[in-house]
Amino acid sequence: MFSSRAASIASRMYSTTAPSAAKVAVLGAAGGIGQPLSLLCKLSPHITELACYDVVGTPGVAADLSHCPTKSKTTGSLPDPEAGAWPVGGEGGLKAALTGADVVVIPAGVPRKPGMTRDDLFNTNASIVQTLVEGCAEHCPDAVLAIISNPVNSTVPIAAEVLKAKGVYNPKKVCGVTTLDVCRANTFLGEHMGKDPADVDVTVIGGHAGITILPLLSQTGATMTDEEREALTKRIQFGGDEVVQAKAGAGSATLSMAYAGYLFTENVLKAKAGATDVVMPAYVESNITEAEFFASPCKFGKDGVEEVLGFGEMSDYEKGWFDKMMPDLKAQIQKGKDFVA
Amino acid sequence: MFARTASVTAAVSRAFSSTAASQHKVAVLGAGGGIGQPMSLLLQLAGEVSELALYDVAPTAGIAADIGHCDSRAKCTGYTGEDLSKALDGADVVVIPAGVPRKPGMTRDDLFNTNASIVATLANACAQHAPNACLGIISNPVNSTVPICREVLRSAGVYNPQKLFGITTLDVVRSNKFVGDAMGWDPANVNVTVIGGHAGTTILPLLSQVQGLNLDDETLAALSHRIQFGGDEVVQAKDGAGSATLSMAHAGAKFTVSLLRALNGEANVTECTFVENDLTDAPFFATPVTLGRDGVDTVHPFGELSAFEQQNFEAMLPDLQAQAEKGIKFAQSL
Repeated sequence: MFSSRAASIASRMYSTTAPSAAKVAVLGAAGGIGQPLSLLCKLSPHITELACYDVVGTPGVAADLSHCPTKSKTTGSLPDPEAGAWPVGGEGGLKAALTGADVVVIPAGVPRKPGMTRDDLFNTNASIVQTLVEGCAEHCPDAVLAIISNPVNSTVPIAAEVLKAKGVYNPKKVCGVTTLDVCRANTFLGEHMGKDPADVDVTVIGGHAGITILPLLSQTGATMTDEEREALTKRIQFGGDEVVQAKAGAGSATLSMAYAGYLFTENVLKAKAGATDVVMPAYVESNITEAEFFASPCKFGKDGVEEVLGFGEMSDYEKGWFDKMMPDLKAQIQKGKDFVA
Repeated sequence: MFARTASVTAAVSRAFSSTAASQHKVAVLGAGGGIGQPMSLLLQLAGEVSELALYDVAPTAGIAADIGHCDSRAKCTGYTGEDLSKALDGADVVVIPAGVPRKPGMTRDDLFNTNASIVATLANACAQHAPNACLGIISNPVNSTVPICREVLRSAGVYNPQKLFGITTLDVVRSNKFVGDAMGWDPANVNVTVIGGHAGTTILPLLSQVQGLNLDDETLAALSHRIQFGGDEVVQAKDGAGSATLSMAHAGAKFTVSLLRALNGEANVTECTFVENDLTDAPFFATPVTLGRDGVDTVHPFGELSAFEQQNFEAMLPDLQAQAEKGIKFAQSL
């Protein structure tokens, strides 16, 4: 069963069975994505400890979140352990945030402004991700990394190279989060079909930038004219741009990204706790195409990605996009690898 | 079977409703702010919301586009400027977090000068464009802004005491969390009654009514104090960057969803909330209220107070009355 989204986020707040220990660290927790993402994590019954880390603001964010009525422990830390923490007097620093983490979600970095591609963020965000993943290599080498920082097509390969250099790379545990593309596809196709998007499930493959995002609308059974298919495909591919434009300089998707990032994280935790039906898309090291990293449905288990699944048949239209975008995807992957080399 | 996104709000609502999907429009006034944005996200994900209207003085088109990409059923639209009426048209519930937050050292009352006018303006718009909607007020100081709303709605001839609520849910949330932590209980299973108002000592958690809470007097007093000044705790920790936004977003969404469930006909939906009643000499007083299809269904007396609580009650009531009076006078001067 394809569960690209959590079957039930926080489905039973009053669960009588305590979850096994599940610590999530959010790196970039004080940012536009990080704050609402951390809120959803704090409200989740699947998480027993939430560590909020950022370069500013996390003691305040953690204090705020710590008032939410769930059992989980909340901490906030800054790079300098002496600079303050939550709880007051707590350990602080990246090490405290990461030690014992089962999942590390990384939304840290700067967002796009109108006219920018995700690739334009590379120069700033590449170093940020490198530094944070170095910390993960040292303090939580067994954690699943869920990377949100753009450009994901490059930052995931960066993460892999950093972990390889430290001798701790596990391809089953390094994922780029592409869930938002699926949410967008479901929403836009739902609108087209007059259906509740909650009842729509689109497989989206490839990468997480412009035309590297490839929604397999042909697999949904939805009827549409060629023009509608083109419009829907493009809308899904450039859904991020739609929000960047609408925010007119004030940022990119934060709230929907928080939701998507949380869905991804919750699914990873459910699989870790023993659920056997967790299948969702993830941008991971993959050999189902010529690209070294590729997003496709993945079965998750106790140790991260259990199996990278294929994506079935593409229509001729989709094959056209596939052929067009693969060189871009490969180039963006290489750019990430070259950055660390 | 839990719908994928409705279950997000299980953290917000207490039980998954199996009744047919309700059609309810919620308008958030102040949707672009620190509370407004995350609260709007939670509302978008709530199965009880079919339409979400976001309004703020700064453009909300971007936030609406963002939230609208979530694959839940609610339709989200952003409004700004002159389009307040469109945001309000057909709204069943209007939630108002608009206004400025505290900085360290400030009381909620220090916000009065700025926030009183904001709330009065928005209440007036509600009177014009959504006279039958339930209004949930978050803007501080709630002890004064709720009475302001009443006066504005009365002047417009549309005041309905069943439909005006000061949202004090965050005090309950804090109480449940702090009591849970103190006792090693899951806060999800704790339900503290918090009465009075929504500022400092006007917040009165009835810890004596919590079954099994066997703490000594000193600890109880410290716990009570921490609940009363929980807001200050966050203002301090944020060090000038604001006050509670994320926990307030949760609390605001929790109350709104409870209200929607009650409007939809669900029985036994009870929340502590700051409403007009005769329980005390204060015109508005937070107490457990059972919500129904018309808003307030039953205002419940708050039960027995311990000696400590009775002392606190008597000490704070004049403050609560004064803060209400301040709001009423302001509104009457408009």
